Amino acid sequence: MRTEAKRPAAPKGKDNVPAGDNRASGNGAGGSPPPAEMQGTTVEQRRELLKSMLTQRRFEERCAEAYALGKIGGFCHLYIGQEAISTGVMSMLRPDDYVITAYRDHGQALARGIAPRAVMAELFGRVDGCSGGKGGSMHLFDAKTNFLGGHGIVGSHVPIAAGVAFGIKYKRGNQVCVCFFGEAAVNIGAFHEALNMASLWNLPVIFIIENNRYGMGTAISRSTANEDVIVRAKGYRMDGETVDGQDVFAVRECMSRAIEKARKEKRPTLIEMRTYRFMGHSMSDAVSGTYRTKDELEENMKRDPILLLHNKMFEAGELTEGEMHKMDDEAKAVAQDAWDFADASPEPPLENLYKDVLADTTS
Amino acid sequence: MPVITYRDALTQGLREELQRDETVFLMGEEVAQYNGAYKVSKGLLDEFGPMRIVDTPITELGFAGIGVGAAMVGLRPIVEFMTWNFALLALDEVVNAAAKMLYMSGGQYKMPMVFRGPNGAALQLGAQHSQAWESWLAHIPGLKVCTPGTPADAKGLLKSAIRDDNPVVFLEGEMLYNVKGEVPDGEHIIPMGVAELKREGDHCSVITHGKMVLVAMRVGDDLAKEGINIDVVDLRTVRPMDVEAIARSVQKTNRAVVLEEGWEICGMGSQVVDFIQRECFDDLDAPVLRVHQEDVPMPYAKNLERAAKPDAGKTVAAIKKVMYLD
Repeated sequence: MRTEAKRPAAPKGKDNVPAGDNRASGNGAGGSPPPAEMQGTTVEQRRELLKSMLTQRRFEERCAEAYALGKIGGFCHLYIGQEAISTGVMSMLRPDDYVITAYRDHGQALARGIAPRAVMAELFGRVDGCSGGKGGSMHLFDAKTNFLGGHGIVGSHVPIAAGVAFGIKYKRGNQVCVCFFGEAAVNIGAFHEALNMASLWNLPVIFIIENNRYGMGTAISRSTANEDVIVRAKGYRMDGETVDGQDVFAVRECMSRAIEKARKEKRPTLIEMRTYRFMGHSMSDAVSGTYRTKDELEENMKRDPILLLHNKMFEAGELTEGEMHKMDDEAKAVAQDAWDFADASPEPPLENLYKDVLADTTS
Repeated sequence: MPVITYRDALTQGLREELQRDETVFLMGEEVAQYNGAYKVSKGLLDEFGPMRIVDTPITELGFAGIGVGAAMVGLRPIVEFMTWNFALLALDEVVNAAAKMLYMSGGQYKMPMVFRGPNGAALQLGAQHSQAWESWLAHIPGLKVCTPGTPADAKGLLKSAIRDDNPVVFLEGEMLYNVKGEVPDGEHIIPMGVAELKREGDHCSVITHGKMVLVAMRVGDDLAKEGINIDVVDLRTVRPMDVEAIARSVQKTNRAVVLEEGWEICGMGSQVVDFIQRECFDDLDAPVLRVHQEDVPMPYAKNLERAAKPDAGKTVAAIKKVMYLD
């Protein structure tokens, strides 16, 4: 059903790069080794990280356009500004690991390796979408990449993630399950119930709070008695860590510890990744004005994760402006290709209306 | 055929399916060390160990979600709620996750799982512990809903439910656990969506399910002494519902009473009556009547509780009314 497209080549798998590769990576124009924080990645991997983030950004800019044209309906929550998290996290996972997330899921879906065509077709409500056109923006699924959705009820998928980890342990596997949610989800019961059991039962799950400071239009200071959300890990005898979610290397670095702990010790970790969304909560929401100021937005946009990575690579002499433009053009082309594909994809046939309400199989 | 209790029939069904398939596991409050709040899981921890018979904290939403996640990666969870009254806390996982996962994923993620536990009123447990939830759950596309009323149906339907690749809501009668009946040893499967005509007569159809089956059978015995013979149609599963069985009976008797444990408004009986008026309109000799719980939260006082519940007396009165005998 899904058609393979040219992918943004989400970097995958290698959480440990041999030292030799590191030395080889310092081959930019300056000839000096890259800054310490970039070590552990090759220059090729750094390019892939940048490419993945750019692809998400350009893809979602087209989503906003498609929404305005009525090609995308319903609720549509853009990830713009948070791409270092999806990119950094996915780059550390194995293909057989599991990913589950909330409704702001486009960036994660692309970073995990779902074809941009299949994601855009889903947003357009077409039969070639990754959920056959029946899920929409909030319910992207892809069994091939173990992408377990796109869930629309805040916090509701957090216990499901613990259940996936329970299943991994039950089958004596060594995969991990990564679960993304916003900081507003830490006030809902499901979050607490899941963290308690994940720690009690030693489940290989990594809970990632993407703290973008606003639950819809409510600032964390107005919703959360203790804004230092990571202290909640302690309450469940779980390791917790706060990192700069705009820095893809910081994201990768803390993920490597959490993954190790999950794979080897079957212990869960709670990670707070501090970030900022550059768009409104959804497409029906003003970018700034009602609950945050333009100044605040502009201040935070100076820490655009793409810009930060670009600058680091530029300063290390491993990326020229020309190369950056070329990479950006490629990202735009991927987004255009996804759009064209989605536009040409047929609507789901009416006979699919009653399909997959129930499975017609038994064990 | 061995005569065993409804409780033991369920235990037998669980044990056989746990033996048959290693991906089946049971989780819930007090299911393991305590042997189950109603002893349905008695002995299973010893036989299958703590990885497969899992005691949970009191955290219904959380462990229902754990079940959903485990089902997504190929296990066949059986999630026990100590009662369905507590399952209200978990309905988000049942309704928003389990029931919709296959559909919203475009057919990619099946939910082979069972949510089970006692349903309906027992004796003097008060308003929060005395409720029948089947009409709420049967409302949801993507779920199947079983309401076994006898030990044999309890075992046969539970085995079907565990083998089904869909999320099945399995409502046990809290007052039925000690009821005895003949139950076949070993492989005994009752398919979903197949009603059983449990008593035959041609004067009036009584369409019912779950705990009320026993009431209907008693009514049948009593009325037979007065020369009134009723059909008792036990739906056994309310979703899918065996509407053909309803039609066959009503077309024969031309009269129907729908008996259920829950409340009147939007109850299961509303659905049955809707079907009868559409498909059997020309067969009816009288309006269809319903017997159900009075439209009040369940009171504690013995006399008030008795007055609130549907019972044999109310059922007999309804049957006589549709036969124009009152």
